[in-house]
Amino acid sequence: MEKKLALVLLLAPFCGFLFNVFLGKKAGKSISGIIGTLSVLISFFATTYFFALLQSTGQPVQVDLFQWISLEKFNIDFSFLLDQLSILWLLFVTGIGTLIHMYSISYMHDDENMHKFFAYLNLFVFFMITLVMGSNLLIMFIGWEGVGLCSYLLIGFWYKNQEYNDAAKKAFIMNRIGDLGLLIGLFILGYLFHTLDYATLKTSILSNSAVLSNPLLSIAALCLFIGACGKSAQIPLYTWLPDAMAGPTPVSALIHAATMVTAGIFMVTRMHFLFDLTPYVQDIIAIVGTITAVVAASIGLVQTDIKKVLAYSTVSQLGLMFLALGLGAYEVAVFHVITHAFFKACLFLGSGSVIHALHGEQDMRRMGGLRKAMPVTFWTMMISTLAIAGIFPFAGFWSKDEILMTAFHGNIVLWVIGSIASIMTAFYMFRLMYLTFFQEFRGTEEQKHHLHESPSLITIPLIILAFLAAIGGLISLPGNSWLNHYLEPFFNKAHEAHHLGATEYTLMAIATAGALLGIGIAYSKYIKQNQLPAEDSEIKGIAKVLYNKYYVDEAYEALFVNPLYKVSHFFRKYVEEAVSGFVFGLGKLTNEIGNQGKSVQNGSIGLYLFAFVIGVSSILIYLFLV
Amino acid sequence: MDNILQEIGMENYIYLSVILFCIGVFGVLYRRNAIIMFMSIEIMLNAVNLLFVAFSTYHQDAQGQVFVFFSMAVAAAEVAVGLAILVSIFRNLNSIDIDNLKNLKG
Repeated sequence: MEKKLALVLLLAPFCGFLFNVFLGKKAGKSISGIIGTLSVLISFFATTYFFALLQSTGQPVQVDLFQWISLEKFNIDFSFLLDQLSILWLLFVTGIGTLIHMYSISYMHDDENMHKFFAYLNLFVFFMITLVMGSNLLIMFIGWEGVGLCSYLLIGFWYKNQEYNDAAKKAFIMNRIGDLGLLIGLFILGYLFHTLDYATLKTSILSNSAVLSNPLLSIAALCLFIGACGKSAQIPLYTWLPDAMAGPTPVSALIHAATMVTAGIFMVTRMHFLFDLTPYVQDIIAIVGTITAVVAASIGLVQTDIKKVLAYSTVSQLGLMFLALGLGAYEVAVFHVITHAFFKACLFLGSGSVIHALHGEQDMRRMGGLRKAMPVTFWTMMISTLAIAGIFPFAGFWSKDEILMTAFHGNIVLWVIGSIASIMTAFYMFRLMYLTFFQEFRGTEEQKHHLHESPSLITIPLIILAFLAAIGGLISLPGNSWLNHYLEPFFNKAHEAHHLGATEYTLMAIATAGALLGIGIAYSKYIKQNQLPAEDSEIKGIAKVLYNKYYVDEAYEALFVNPLYKVSHFFRKYVEEAVSGFVFGLGKLTNEIGNQGKSVQNGSIGLYLFAFVIGVSSILIYLFLV
Repeated sequence: MDNILQEIGMENYIYLSVILFCIGVFGVLYRRNAIIMFMSIEIMLNAVNLLFVAFSTYHQDAQGQVFVFFSMAVAAAEVAVGLAILVSIFRNLNSIDIDNLKNLKG
């Protein structure tokens, strides 16, 4: 029963994919969208069943399908594991996935390739479920690569625009760099422990104290983290995520905010027993996460494309999650992943609703005053913005506060930088809200005429997500955390409840004050003084550096891309010429010899006979005389 | 039998055979008339036959002589075919000079 249901959970989106690929066009747009949504909804229901089962029995469900790779000392089973962590992830992957599919039915309705869109989206959900459900690292890797592929396909969904194709390629290549790290990490772990199964790895790492002194273990952890960097857009591999906004907005919400980019956090949490034993790598994770958080937030301050702001916000929030991971507070990171999935998905879908209403306009300088025309979008986005800014009592307040509290106890510098990132977050999010929804409309008359609230297929997901963003914090209230309690069997240790003392309340107060400060600055700048971000050509000073993303893309271009092109050019021009010259030379030589030899075969029998006699004589001389 | 070899030494048979063979080879190489070349080939064949017979006597073994009979029979058959070809070449080209036979040219 469990086995069948687990297969249903896994394969329902895949069936949706098959349907949409082969029959989607014939079935029509509405059917294609409904089938796509239903297939994910089935997975969601199956997940809730497993969730209820886990709650009642407390036992993880292991589903063994078959033996996949079997070598002398090395066995990989094709099996799935439904434990606390994977079910938690599945819940929000399939749950938010369903909402976003539903949203897409309306959002993509004018697109001629809607069935293709749903096919890719279903395929993505399938791979994401594989990634989360796999009971060993290799199956996770299948999902890992699969979601990367779907991300590529969906970023480049509007393939007629070359820039979008470039963005898709960039995302794919950046991810490949990370994937290489992940793969090397897998190889090292396989070499050290002869297994990639989570449970077996855990026991053999914990029982084998000799391996602790092996530097390979730290290298493996570092390699895994590089993989996580690629997938979860951390420095130095983060530049693909903002560009990935080229994809349709539901894709940004599902893949590039709520689910796929959290795969890195999932993987690190899965392998927590490994990272716990490699403190240096943990330090690196914490530092990288913090720097990413603050750098991405500072870039977000001046962006004018509504989706770019949200993209940098995502990178920054992911950085905060890695900060928590680096400090060993995995359950805190998981908590933030969940709340972030709620409010960021809501924000992206809200921005999609705005873009939809403005017929594709994404520049916030051409928006404004949308509050009256789109009240539902406005209020849902407002709730999510309050959540991400960390205002009591919305979800983001609790999770971000937990992270900062952990950082405070871990390292005060990390706390300071993290807090600065939070203040920036509050600022740029309210800047986004003020520029989009307040003051007067700054677009064209025609756009103004067409302003409308989005249809209910778009607003219902928004309302649900905003509701979750508002109350999501309840799952892990400090002092009495359901989430920590739920994850206890997974981490194999009882979680010590936070002692809520004066320090903790002070920290909360400081965090709230910081958020209010950020909001205040945004208010005075964009409401009171009614400023507008400058046009591209008028941006000067630090703002210009920030607007151009610290010129990181240009630096990568100069440091890696161009030298690579030069090397390729060199190889193409000289090395390939030399090699092909040699090969062609051999051919020409043979040809020439043939041409010369042709004249020997001139039909003169006398000559043939002469050659024959000479030949026989030389053979005889060679055989008998030499 | 021994007497013959005692009267004329074995080495003389070999010399004669080699000389005949070389005459045949040079005949094939230098003459352009197909019939003469044909005759030269026969000379070479007979040089070898002579050697066969000589060694057969020398070793007191009749096998060599049997071979010679076969060889002569095959040579006779070959001559019949070869001359027939030459006749038909002559009918076509009015010449049996091999320099005119260049149809095999590649």
